[in-house]
Amino acid sequence: MANIISDETIEYVGILAKLELSDEEKEQAKKDMGRMLDYIDKLGELDTTGVEPMSHVFPVENVFREDVVTNGDTREELLTNAPGEKDGMFMVPRTFE
Amino acid sequence: MAREYETVIGLEVHVELATRTKIFCGCSTAFGGEPNTHTCPVCTGMPGSLPVLNKKVLEYAVAVGLAANCKITRYCKFDRKNYFYPDNPQNYQISQLYLPICRDGYVEITTESGTKKVGIHEIHMEEDAGKLIHDEWEDCTLVDYNRSGVPLIEIVSEPDMRNADEVIAYLEKLRLMIQYLGASDCKLQEGSMRADVNLSVREVGAKEFGTRTEMKNLNSFRAIARAIEGERERQIDLLEAGEAVVQETRRWDDGKGVSYTMRSKEDAQDYRYFPDPDLTPVHVSDEWLEQIRAAQPEFREEKMERYRREFDIPDYDIEIITGAKRMADLFEETVALGTEPKKVSNWLMGETMRLMKETETDAADLCFSPEHLAKLISLVDAKAITNTVAKEVFEVMFAKDIDPESYVEEKGLKTVNDEGELRSTVERVIAENPQSVSDYLGGKEKAIGFLVGQTMKAMKGKADPGSVNALLKELLSKLQA
Repeated sequence: MANIISDETIEYVGILAKLELSDEEKEQAKKDMGRMLDYIDKLGELDTTGVEPMSHVFPVENVFREDVVTNGDTREELLTNAPGEKDGMFMVPRTFE
Repeated sequence: MAREYETVIGLEVHVELATRTKIFCGCSTAFGGEPNTHTCPVCTGMPGSLPVLNKKVLEYAVAVGLAANCKITRYCKFDRKNYFYPDNPQNYQISQLYLPICRDGYVEITTESGTKKVGIHEIHMEEDAGKLIHDEWEDCTLVDYNRSGVPLIEIVSEPDMRNADEVIAYLEKLRLMIQYLGASDCKLQEGSMRADVNLSVREVGAKEFGTRTEMKNLNSFRAIARAIEGERERQIDLLEAGEAVVQETRRWDDGKGVSYTMRSKEDAQDYRYFPDPDLTPVHVSDEWLEQIRAAQPEFREEKMERYRREFDIPDYDIEIITGAKRMADLFEETVALGTEPKKVSNWLMGETMRLMKETETDAADLCFSPEHLAKLISLVDAKAITNTVAKEVFEVMFAKDIDPESYVEEKGLKTVNDEGELRSTVERVIAENPQSVSDYLGGKEKAIGFLVGQTMKAMKGKADPGSVNALLKELLSKLQA
């Protein structure tokens, strides 16, 4: 494996993704990420002179909606997915100091 | 010798676009709905939902970019900005980092020290977040996603401003430009326009910029001016004391007139931007760009030019009237109904401005129609009502756009043209005020003013002051004889 992921990197990525990993999981994740980066490095071997950077995997552009209200009130249904509910709002752990 | 400092300011301005629906779904953007009644799986970030771009958002963004002399990015796309916070249900905000829709523009601002250009670094499209409410009782946070997904453009200026006057002039310029386009109502107080101020100081003549801070929570022009002055002083004090300015985000407390650290560079976020695969790229063709360009409205400067040519009204009036889109619309539409321009202007500059100030009404919220203003003016012209009565009627019109003709009719406010009634009232006033009468007859011509006033009062304002004056003189001269 050409790419070696350090303990600091996996720790940092874990914090960014809000993941708590056990020591075994960290080791596995380091290997997985190293392999992914090796795979991406392969692309660097290609000669891309004169190739336009790709913005999307599908050759599709300009998919739009007209500015017309199409959605009604589906609050009840949506709130069934909420971790908690009060006064028609999603209830989540306190975020203010 | 005391060192002299220069303030360097750049602005990030968020503007809520006036579309009917959100940027990526068909939910309404209307204000005042019950919590979460303007939501769907897309704007609440449910797994598997797919965003589709509102065409109008792109057109508004391009129109603002053209007005700000920007280069339009003909092939643009959206990126995900990743962060965790409950106001952002997807855990990422859809924004534009790599290919923003507009770049490299400028607007011209005028202050007392002259005219200058403020560079626009870029304008990009993004979605607004939901609203968080802290619940003391349950000790938790409640989330309303009605604003989640409301379209925004963020206008990023170059660090070209040097004082609060220039910042205010720049914001006024953007606000008018965007209001004229109809792309937003740009109300700072209500949050449809939000400005973050990036500020640093450096010694006059220095080449390098100083360390900057970003100031948030500025919701009036006054707060912005005060925050700029406060932050300039704070940074200079630090430098004078030999300390360093820390790059950080600060929150302005306008009530206390001080700012607090919100977050410093150390805990700055790593947003891990990447292209949003759910949205296809946008290609602005030549034809489409030309269509948008052709539909650009007449902006303030052009309007002022035209008013000078077409209407015989003072420059001062033109300046005030074109200072708000709604005002200019009211003026033009009332004049188009055949009313004399100066008379329309007088009503707008006088009573309208007075009542706006008194009731703290924004020009955008003026409710009376041009038809009704035209009718009111013609009632005065025809001497059907007096100026005093007209002002009373206008006050009602200002509050709830009533039809002045039927209102005057209903309330019996018409000027009394009944010669008999007027004559008997004047006779009575003469009889009741012997002192003023003898003063007048004794040569004090001014005493007639009091008698006119008394007559108008007795007639409840419904008499023509000119006729009253004439009649008084006629009857008094008979007494003299």
